[in-house]
Amino acid sequence: MSIENLKTFDPFAEADEDTGETKQSQNYIHIRIQQRNGRKTLTTVQGLPKKFDQKKILKVIKKKFACNGTIVTDTEMGEVIQLQGDQRKDVQEFLTDKDGLELDAKTIKVHGF
Amino acid sequence: MADSEVETKQRKSVAFSEGSVIMDTNGQVTDAPPAEQPAGGSLKKKKSSKKSKTEGDDEEAPAVDGEFDPTALKRKKKSSSKSKKADASDFDAKLAEAGIAEDAGEEQPEELPEGDLEAGTGIWAHDATQAIPYSLLVNRFFSLIESHHPDLLSSGAKSYKIPPPQCLREGNRRTIFANIADICKRMKRSEEHCTQFLFAELGTSGSVDGSRRLVIKGRFQQKGIESVLRRYIVEYVTCKTCRSPDTELNKGENRLYFVTCNSCGSRRSVAAIKTGFRSQIGRRKRVG
Repeated sequence: MSIENLKTFDPFAEADEDTGETKQSQNYIHIRIQQRNGRKTLTTVQGLPKKFDQKKILKVIKKKFACNGTIVTDTEMGEVIQLQGDQRKDVQEFLTDKDGLELDAKTIKVHGF
Repeated sequence: MADSEVETKQRKSVAFSEGSVIMDTNGQVTDAPPAEQPAGGSLKKKKSSKKSKTEGDDEEAPAVDGEFDPTALKRKKKSSSKSKKADASDFDAKLAEAGIAEDAGEEQPEELPEGDLEAGTGIWAHDATQAIPYSLLVNRFFSLIESHHPDLLSSGAKSYKIPPPQCLREGNRRTIFANIADICKRMKRSEEHCTQFLFAELGTSGSVDGSRRLVIKGRFQQKGIESVLRRYIVEYVTCKTCRSPDTELNKGENRLYFVTCNSCGSRRSVAAIKTGFRSQIGRRKRVG
């Protein structure tokens, strides 16, 4: 039996952990849409975790959603997947689905109208 | 016939209280109240005037009881059913007691309309000892709220209203957001901040024209702009703790934006508006 109250408590240890967590959770995945000429649009997926191979993801997405796409390397944002057409819903589902990447839906932010 | 009518009326007022009492004391099944009601009615009738009729009713009452709950009746209603099954003399004594209780019960609904809620008369009098029924209390609650705080009921849940955005199409590829000034005034946010958010979310650019309307490049529907505006309100207007829209957006130290709630006093930092990655549509056009 240990007395819970008397345990040595390092106030800074948890704070450090907290900041780490918040940093992680702040790494949102942004899904954006951009209008092109006419009713054509582009979908960009920014901030995918580095542990995933973007090329492979792109390949699967292209096949699955029947669209073309590229990986754009931006100086600030890093690698961004760019897809043709409005694929926001598809991409979001793909990222959260079990046969997709199984990411937490809270880390994904969908922008646009 | 008149008697029977009166009886039914009286029964309504009393039967509930009696039935409920029985239910409570015995913790028994639902058969109790219907079985009790005729008894209550008969009791009252006796008390009111006719004794000849009461006897007939007495005979009926036990029969009814027997139908309703054959087994549990004797245990259940020892207190009250005694009166039914006992002799007439017993009955009278019991009736006197029960009658008093019933009369008290009857008086309530009769007096209730008399009592004036605002003036505090009748049942609402300060020294009134009667139990006030629930429905009356609820009525009083809502009428008081309505008279004292009319906006509490109407805007209680979430009805934070802003006018819907008016979208006009200018030419083929530009959208005019006409009432942004009005909306921003309602939200108490600066137009610049709001337009910045709109442009970042929609992934476009635009300008403000002479009559303070926002000209957005690209085709947008009212529905889309409305949803973006809704997101803006959730992000930058409503207080996260109390959900009140009565907030202020200020630039704190370190160029961070802070939302301060005027109703609960909470203060939180909000994310800066970021455009994020923009693909190179424009550049390509310039290049090509």
